[in-house]
Amino acid sequence: MTTYLVRRFAFILLTIIAASLVIFVATRMMPGDVARVMLGQFATDQAVENLREELGLNRPAHVQYLDWLIHFLTGDWGVSLVNRLEVRGMVLQRLGNSLKLAALSLGIYVPLGILLGVVAALNREGPVDQAISGLSMALVGLPEFVTGLVLIAFVAISWRLLPANSSIDPDTPLREAFKYLILPAITVSLTSLGYIARMTRASTINVLRADYVRAAELKGLPRRQVLLKHVLRNSLLPTVTVVAMGIGWLIGGLIVTESVYGYPGLGRLLVYGIQRRDLILVQAVSMVIVTIYSFSNLVADILYGVLNPRIRLAD
Amino acid sequence: MEPKEGRTHSKRGSSSPIVERPASRATAVWSRLRNVPRTAGRNLPRLAGRRQPAAVMGFGIMLFFVVMAVVGPLVAPYGYAAQAISNRLHAPSGQHWFGTDQYGRDIFSRVLVGSRHVLVVAGSGALIAVLMGLTLGLVSGYFGGLLDEVIMRLMDVLLSIPPLLLAMVILGTVGPSRANVILVVGFLYIPMVARVVRSVVLDLKTREFVEAARLRGERSHYIMFREILPSVLPPLAVEASMRFSYAIFLVASLGFLGLGVQPPTPDWGLMVGEARTWFAQAPWVLLFPAGAVALLVVGVGFASDGLRRMLLPGGASQL
Repeated sequence: MTTYLVRRFAFILLTIIAASLVIFVATRMMPGDVARVMLGQFATDQAVENLREELGLNRPAHVQYLDWLIHFLTGDWGVSLVNRLEVRGMVLQRLGNSLKLAALSLGIYVPLGILLGVVAALNREGPVDQAISGLSMALVGLPEFVTGLVLIAFVAISWRLLPANSSIDPDTPLREAFKYLILPAITVSLTSLGYIARMTRASTINVLRADYVRAAELKGLPRRQVLLKHVLRNSLLPTVTVVAMGIGWLIGGLIVTESVYGYPGLGRLLVYGIQRRDLILVQAVSMVIVTIYSFSNLVADILYGVLNPRIRLAD
Repeated sequence: MEPKEGRTHSKRGSSSPIVERPASRATAVWSRLRNVPRTAGRNLPRLAGRRQPAAVMGFGIMLFFVVMAVVGPLVAPYGYAAQAISNRLHAPSGQHWFGTDQYGRDIFSRVLVGSRHVLVVAGSGALIAVLMGLTLGLVSGYFGGLLDEVIMRLMDVLLSIPPLLLAMVILGTVGPSRANVILVVGFLYIPMVARVVRSVVLDLKTREFVEAARLRGERSHYIMFREILPSVLPPLAVEASMRFSYAIFLVASLGFLGLGVQPPTPDWGLMVGEARTWFAQAPWVLLFPAGAVALLVVGVGFASDGLRRMLLPGGASQL
């Protein structure tokens, strides 16, 4: 197991470094001169030359990449090309905001998804199950900008319960920011809610079919005890990994949702950076997201192996 | 599945005494399909026999949008880019069924033409991913060894970047044209397809019929395409339908963020993104394109789920 963990960990680090190459190439694939494209058509030659110098564009590509990677790993993420601020402080601040939103969303969709999934499984094939299954399948498919706008239309504009716009000061303390977080969190949750509910339903149905559940029922245990001690405990194991695996969806959802509400998180910053062609900023945000994503995948893999011994760890 | 008689490519194969050749290609394919344990779950008869109203509805919705995509641009009452500034933000009426947008364009016409756009972009993207993923997965799974290792580690690297993020970064750099959106979507989904194909191939490689073909001395490409490929098709079809629904989702999200195809293309996501400012004043500008995206994605999702239950009954639990 330890060998496995060490190997997985080393592998994840290698993957992140390889992904950094992909990101580096992807941000530099501009047709023509990078500095010219970034500054626009009307920049003076001097300005372009200065930027070339600043970005080190006159050096060979592999030197540029290694230089960037080493600086990134040592914590020097560069200076934004748009506002001349240290990228690192800005990215970490926005990351904090995104994590708050992510945490609130997880707090909503994980328990609710499990509840819906278990209820659906217990009423298998009945009208309740059909309603929950249909709803969760529909929710999985709805883009965040659709659900977000529907929520804004009703909750914020018609009923005036919560603010429609969450473009608050990035430094707002959580206590004050909370009411701006609710609608975005619900929006992010809806997609993943369907996913969790479907997976929980499937795993609960599998457990309900198991012999030990039947044995527990036959020996006369109260239904409540069978459900809590035998069914739930086992059916929730796969759900734990499903939550970790769903982080990719969560990240995508956060990017779109933050744009819908103008919430100052990492996703909003990414869109801003891309629109302004601030490649230093885009590279930093991308690296942070990839690192988080890779480690959540690692956690998913490990949990899957630990919780389900039937799955071989080495594949 | 082709019904024509089993004509072997290898001379040695036809006279081989080791295995009896099946009577026809169709029955051979069928028997192979039935011999794959992953498709022969214990609940096969129950699920296959059950009616699936959601799937039927899903296929109906897809068909509806395909028809719209084919005839839509022909019957659209106005040009999708035809502006009439004096007519801006009109509520739905007899003249403009879905109202007009901030430039006075007819939203009904734009939603109609947009259905062709989204099906072509998402469909081509998914197709590229499926063809490339199929090739890589087959080669990787069949040959194994170093080649497999290299291909799969490359796929792992691509998978380590969330698709929306990579799509945004690439499109932000190369510029968001229609062709670029298609290529990016196709590129991003290759690893998912390749993984599914590879895992099926690894499973099949040890089966008797593949072993038999190898003992007959069949060539690798014959075994890959004639023996293994038919059994890969059912899971591949399910994966393809899922990729299609994710591609619609992705294209719409990119459009909404302003990083997908550019105006005046009637991309539904782009229409929603552009009209956000007029939300409180003229909700219909957003309502119809948003509703169209939602309906299509949910429809394809239902159809995809139905396809999975039909083709892979044992795997129904894996979402």
